[in-house]
Parts: sequence; C-alpha cells; structure tokens
Amino acid sequence: MADIETHEYDVLVIGAGGAGLRAAVEASALGARTGLVCKSLLGKAHTVMAEGGIAAAMGNVYSEDNWQVHFRDTMRGGKMLNNWRMAQIHAQEAPDRVKELEEWGALFDRTPDGRILQRDFGGHRYARLAHVGDRTGLEMIRTLQQHAVHRGIEVHQECTVNRLLKDGDRISGALGYWRESGRMVLFRAKAVVIATGGLGKVYSITSNSWEGTGDGHSLAMQAGADMIDMEFVQFHPTGMVWPPSVRGLLVTEGVRGDGGTLKNTSGERFMFNYIPPMFAAETADTEAEADRWYDDKVNARRTPDLLPRDEVARAINSEVKAGRGTAHGGVFLDIASRRSADYIKRRLPSMYHQFMQLAGVDITKEPMEIGPTAHYAMGGVRVDAETAASTVPGLYAAGEVAGGMHGSNRLGGNSLSDLVVFGRRAGESAAKYALGLTGQPSVDQGAIAERSASILKPFEGGQENPYTLHRELQECMHVNVGIIRTDSEMRQALVKIAELKDRLSRVQVEGHIQYNTGWHLALDMEHMLCVSEAITMAAIERKESRGGHTRDDFPSTSGEFSQVNVVVRLRGSAVSVAQEPLPVMPDELKKLFEE
Amino acid sequence: MPKAHLKVWRGDDSGQYVEYDVEYEEGMVVLDVVHRLQATQAGDLAIRWNCKAGKCGSCSAEINGKPKLQCMTRMGTFIDGETITIAPLKTFPIIRDLVTDVSWNYRVAETMPELKLSGPDASGHRRMQQIDIDREQEFRKCIECYICQDVCHVIRDHPENQGNFAGPRFFVQLANVAMHPLDQNPKSATVAHGFGLDYCNITKCCTDVCPEGIHITDNAIIPLKERRVDEYYDPIRAIGRKLFGKK
Ligand SMILES: Cc1cc2nc3c(=O)[nH]c(=O)nc-3n(C[C@H](O)[C@H](O)[C@H](O)COP(=O)(O)OP(=O)(O)OC[C@H]3O[C@@H](n4cnc5c(N)ncnc54)[C@H](O)[C@@H]3O)c2cc1C
Ligand code: SF4
Ligand code: SF4
Ligand code: FES
Repeated sequence: MADIETHEYDVLVIGAGGAGLRAAVEASALGARTGLVCKSLLGKAHTVMAEGGIAAAMGNVYSEDNWQVHFRDTMRGGKMLNNWRMAQIHAQEAPDRVKELEEWGALFDRTPDGRILQRDFGGHRYARLAHVGDRTGLEMIRTLQQHAVHRGIEVHQECTVNRLLKDGDRISGALGYWRESGRMVLFRAKAVVIATGGLGKVYSITSNSWEGTGDGHSLAMQAGADMIDMEFVQFHPTGMVWPPSVRGLLVTEGVRGDGGTLKNTSGERFMFNYIPPMFAAETADTEAEADRWYDDKVNARRTPDLLPRDEVARAINSEVKAGRGTAHGGVFLDIASRRSADYIKRRLPSMYHQFMQLAGVDITKEPMEIGPTAHYAMGGVRVDAETAASTVPGLYAAGEVAGGMHGSNRLGGNSLSDLVVFGRRAGESAAKYALGLTGQPSVDQGAIAERSASILKPFEGGQENPYTLHRELQECMHVNVGIIRTDSEMRQALVKIAELKDRLSRVQVEGHIQYNTGWHLALDMEHMLCVSEAITMAAIERKESRGGHTRDDFPSTSGEFSQVNVVVRLRGSAVSVAQEPLPVMPDELKKLFEE
Repeated sequence: MPKAHLKVWRGDDSGQYVEYDVEYEEGMVVLDVVHRLQATQAGDLAIRWNCKAGKCGSCSAEINGKPKLQCMTRMGTFIDGETITIAPLKTFPIIRDLVTDVSWNYRVAETMPELKLSGPDASGHRRMQQIDIDREQEFRKCIECYICQDVCHVIRDHPENQGNFAGPRFFVQLANVAMHPLDQNPKSATVAHGFGLDYCNITKCCTDVCPEGIHITDNAIIPLKERRVDEYYDPIRAIGRKLFGKK
C-alpha cells in the first residue's frame, strides 16, 4: 500500500462541528500540527442546525445566576447520573467560552444595556441561553469556521473516516476515503480527537441529518474504547409531524421559552398533569402562576411546559396514546394566541419560515402540530472529565460523541456549551500528549490493505439495497428501542440487528466509486448497526426508568441503578455490558442539592 | 399517488439529462422526491444535503433554470404534469450529478479579513446596542449556499474573473467586518482592498435569489462601494489623510 495518499499530523480531529472546530483551534494554538476531517463541506455539520442557544451562567438577565445554579440544573436534568466533574467544569467555563466566541466575531442578541441577552429554556432556572434569534448554531459554526481558517488549520472536507488505527495499545491514525473520488486516504497522527456528533439516523423520526450515523461511537468502540450511558437517547418533545416529508424536523424549545404552550385537542394545557415530584417544588401548578413566571422569575415558579425534555416527551406520548392527540399523532404548540405576530417573527424567524414554507402554517396565527423526534445521544465515549481522554491512549472525544456530561437527559442549550468547553479541553490535551511523544507511532500496513479491499465489497455483487436495510433498521429501533421500551421488544431488536448485519454482508451498490451516496450509506450502515446494538444492550441492562430511558416493565427509578453507569465494550465482534459505579460527588457540591 | 416527471443531470461535464417518474405525496419538497429517486431508481445519484430545513446551504441546485435550495422548494409550486428539471449549479465545475466543486469559495474565504474587536469594558462586557447590530446580524444569516455566487454574471459568464472577484457572498462577509461597531481593522484591509467590488454593476440578481433574504446589494454592496468612494476618492479627505495621518 505504498501508494496510498498519506497525511501526517500531531493531532487529527475527526469532525468539524462546534466540538471539532474548537478542538482543532486549541491544538493548533499550542503548536501541534493539526488536521481536521469532515464528511460534509466545512460549515455544514449538525451544529449549524442548532437553534435555541448556548447555555452559560453569565447572569446578564438574572444576576442571581451563577455556575452553582447551572451545575445543579444540569445534574437534576440528567437525573443525577451525570459525571459531576464534567458538569461542574462545564458550568464554570461556559461563560468564558461564550465571550471568546463573541471576541471571534459571534454577534449574540443584546440586552437593553448592550450585553449578551439570555433566554429561557427547559430545566434552566434562570434565563441563561445566549442566542441569535433561533439560529445560534449557524452563528457558532461560522465563527469557529472563520477563526479556524485564519489559523491555517488543514481541513479535509467530504472525507469519511472509516477506521481508527493503532500501534499496540495507542492510537496511530485513521483511515478514510474521499467521498468525491472514492479513493482511500491515510492520516498518521499521534493523537486523534473524535468529534463526530450524534446517531439520530438509527431512528426513523429524527431531527438529525444524514451525517448522524454514530460513526465516532462505532469507531471508538472498534478501537477498544469504553462507552457509557448508551441507553439514553433524547427524544426532543417538539418535532414537526406534518406534512410527512418534514416529520421529525426540530421546533426549537425557544418557542416555549418565549411563551408558547402545549395543548391537547381539547385545548387543555396538559403539562400541569405531568409534574413529577422531583420538580414539583419549583414548578407552577396554576396557569396564572406559569404565565407570570415569564416576567418574574423570582416570585413565580416556572411553567411545566419547560420541564426537562424527557418529561415533556413522555407527557406528549401519553396524551396521544390517550386519544387526545391530533389526527397526525401530535399535540399542539401554541404561541399564536399568546404573543404578538411581531414578537414571534423577531424572536423565532426561522421557525416562522420553516412552518410557512414547509407546512403552509402561519405560526403567528395558528398553533403548530408537534410530536417527539429522536434528537440527541447522551451516551458516548467514556472520557476523563479534565482531559477528555478516552480509555485508549491517544484517543480523545468531545461534543455529542462523548458521554457522561449530560447523564440520562441533556438540558437544551447545554450541548453548544459542552462543545466549546470540552472541545477546547480535548484539543489541549491531545496536543500536549502528541507533543510529548517522540516519533510518529507506526500504522499497521496489513490492516490498511485489508480495509482498502473490503471497503469495495459492496460493488462486487449481492442483492441487498442499502436504503432498504437502513429503513428497516430505523423502523426496528423506533418501535423497539424508542421512547418507551420493554425487555421483550428490545430482544426482538437484537435479533433484527443480527439479521441486518448478516444481510449487510451481501449489500449491493450500483454505479462507480465517485461520489456514490448509496455506497457511502452502505459503509455507514456498519456504524449504525454497531451503535444500535450498543444502545439496545445497554437499555436491556438498565432495569429502571430514568431520563431518556423509559421502560414499561420497570416504570420507576431504582436506587440501585442510580449508583451506576452502564458501560459497553466491544471485544472482537462481541458487545459486552457492565455496571460500574458513578464517580462520587464531593460533599461541598452535594450541599447544593439539599435545599 | 401523483407522479413527478423529473429531468435530472447525470454524470460530469459531459453527462446528460436522464428522465424519471417518481411518486410523491402532498407536502413534499424537491429534495424528498430526489431522495425517493435515490432509494428506488438511482442508488448512486450524487447530491448534497444536510439539514433539510434551509439552514445549512448544502442542497443548492438549478431547478427549472433557477438556483434554489431543493429542501425549500415545495412540489406544490409546480403545475401538475410539469417537467421538473434539476441541474447542478452552472458556475462551478461539476463533480458528478448534482454535486459541484465549490472549493473556489473556500479559497476566497481564506483571503477575507478577520474581525479584530476592541476589548471589553471595565465590567468585562463588549457593549453593543441591538439597533447597531441588526444589519450585522442580517449579514451573518448567510448559510453559504453559494446561490448568489452562481447567478452573478461576473463569474457565471466569465470564469476568468474568479481570481479578482470575491463575489456577493463574500461582499456580505466583507460588509460584516467593515460595518461591525467594534471592529478595529484598518480600512486598508477591508473597504480599500475591495476584493473586486468594482466589477459589480449592481444588477441585484444576487439579492433576488438569496434564500435568506439578505439584501446583498442594498445593505452590503452599495454601502461598501460608497465607503470606497468616500474614503479614497474624496480629494479633501485624501489630503486630510496625508496631513494628519488619519485612516
Ligand atoms: C435541529 C437541531 C437543533 C439543535 N439546537 C440546539 C440548541 O439550540 N442548543 C444546543 O445546545 N444544542 C442544540 N442541538 C444539539 C447540538 O446542535 C448538537 O448536539 C451539536 O451540534 C453536536 O456538535 P458536535 O460538534 O458534537 O458534532 P456535529 O456538529 O454533529 O458535527 C459532527 C462532525 O463530524 C463529522 N463526521 C461524522 N462522522 C465522520 C466520519 N466518519 N469521518 C469524518 N467526519 C465525520 C461530520 O461531518 C461533522 O463535521 C440541536 C440539534 C439539532 C439537530
Ligand atoms: S449585484 Fe453585483 S454581485 Fe450581485 S449579481 Fe449583480 S453584479 Fe453580481
Ligand atoms: S448571501 Fe444568500 S445566496 Fe449568498 S451564499 Fe449567503 S445565503 Fe446563499
Ligand atoms: S439541506 Fe440544508 S439547506 Fe437544504
């Protein structure tokens, strides 16, 4: 394989969303030769789609806010399963990262006295999300992209990494292919940061783009890394449900943050019937109090419309099951009757356009029809809180692909902040590790030759259509390992996944290797099957309901499971699961939960 | 189910249109139909897309001759039975099918000036009034779909201009830097350089097609052109600059 195109770096970052870009900027600033790879064009990663905002306790709107309150909200939102140290670092560092984005060009909406404005979001006690209307992700990605370009970081666009390479125990690089030409490319690297985002594409109704196929989760597992919390998948309560072509598209939580409420077909604000004991003390129990809260956070309690996402998604699911949903299987989200048309258009311009152009609905006049959509993977690569290091030497992970930070359920706005806080740390640690190594670790030529050949197998003749395999997997996961789960259904899913793996070995794609999306999907399927199996195995193991994991057969939380993470590992082709104790929170932080 | 009659460009520069009939349902957009075509009849069809919601700017194509986002073009906007022609952006070299080589734009991006902001005030904040950044935020809505670059005749008809002309997308970016209330770049790095602004004869074709509704000509290009005139061609100011070393 002497003729394979080869690039050599200290640090290779896989993924150019918020986490990958921030990691690359940091690694390069520390003097590491840094390369960045992404499957799409630069600037098109998932992060661009983020709407509502980035959470940071800057206290610009409520001076009562501080990192302790943010930390507490994050832990409670995650049902206390979060890695406490990650949640602490995140709450402490997020304000500096937001100001840094501003310094690099991001223009957030302003308060009357010219500071960064912050908006309300589910599970956050105070208005905390810095935002730009409802296109915060675009602002973030463009800012980081332009900053990275001016730092001279080498970017390899439309290049898909298909394998990580190791030299003994440690990382030595990655093998990928150019989507345009179909040719292989070798990246030799002393350290690799995975920042590949999520895995929503294993579900049939999802807010995620084609890229969300769990590649990084699967690559890390194959490289021997521990995964945690894979059972926790966030179903965002408000995805579009009609027309069918937009099913799953996200409707930002900002709609509720800015005054929108959920209603069933009888016009009832049903969230008042679903306030869980854990949040009862701080949630309004009358409509009057809930409405007052928007303007007076100090004397009124928050509206139940803004309970954490897992609670709201389950409530909507129950309303629809009870026959109080719309004909299209959703419920109503109404801001039209509560806020002026001007206000709605100014605060939520892209939601206004999205509904107007794609559904023919004027959200300033009519309610929206919404229902849950697979949105975010809480689980991922198990990392060290300080350094973002995985359990494989030289391998780091940040952003959605990393696990631990969000516990069993992520609060809205806590992802964008997670990306920059831990992206920066991952870039820093990877650079330090790489600069401390002497010599470039070696790559296994045999493995490269083997992979370069096997990657072409889908052209050789079989009879399975990759699009069909993908659709079957999505349906299987949605029905059997979706919002509500039971042991027997999940076991059926495992059988189906095994069947699909077998059929994938006979997949057939037409055409040639240049920009062949069918072939790309066939290769992504391997990752999707791997993460689907991990999610399902972990979900079977956790015999309780918590956050983004609800079991019909174990409907309540369990004391025993409140103490453990489910850890998933791949050894050979066998997936194993184990329960391992959570890191213990120090007493001074425990006090924050005593009120 | 109704069927759409599509003519889709297949292959590279020397490719041709291939006709397909694809079933569609109410509410679908062109991108849905193209996806269905991929899944059922043309598994290797090359397209770009990400968000399916007009947010990422990946799915640009020329639909019946007009550059648009496939994900925001509803099937309901066509007359029943109308042939829908889907072609790659003409200004850029075709890689395959609907995918073009837009790398020129990324090279231009590298030449753009970077914002250099003044520091925070004593309270640690960079204060800006919303009213002073409204227009800046309009510039920053750009999703880099390159549709404006595609229609601009300066490069569409004269690819040789690509070396001297940044194009409307980047005039928007330039305006973002030049008009930012806290930017400290010397004018020489922004307005004076111009990036080929003088080639633009304000036809407004770019504004007409921008899916983000950015007023590219009125709010970015014309004010930039005016600044160039004010700053560099006004003789009294020019003398002032010489005498007092003003920017
Ligand atoms: C519609 C929507 C709205 C959202 N709104 C918000 C919000 O308001 N606030 C908030 O905090 N969060 C929000 N989120 C969540 C948040 O946007 C994501 O969790 C976050 O952007 C993920 O960022 P990331 O950097 O981890 O990865 P991504 O942005 O997903 O980027 C992944 C990168 O990895 C690359 N990649 C993947 N696999 C490979 C491979 N095999 N080889 C090479 N490259 C690869 C991709 O090309 C891409 O560049 C939203 C999500 C969605 C979908
Ligand atoms: S207004 Fe200028 S930049 Fe825009 S299309 Fe016309 S010539 Fe090109
Ligand atoms: S300015 Fe408008 S048309 Fe041009 S790239 Fe940006 S969004 Fe697209
Ligand atoms: S797919 Fe993102 S703009 Fe069309």
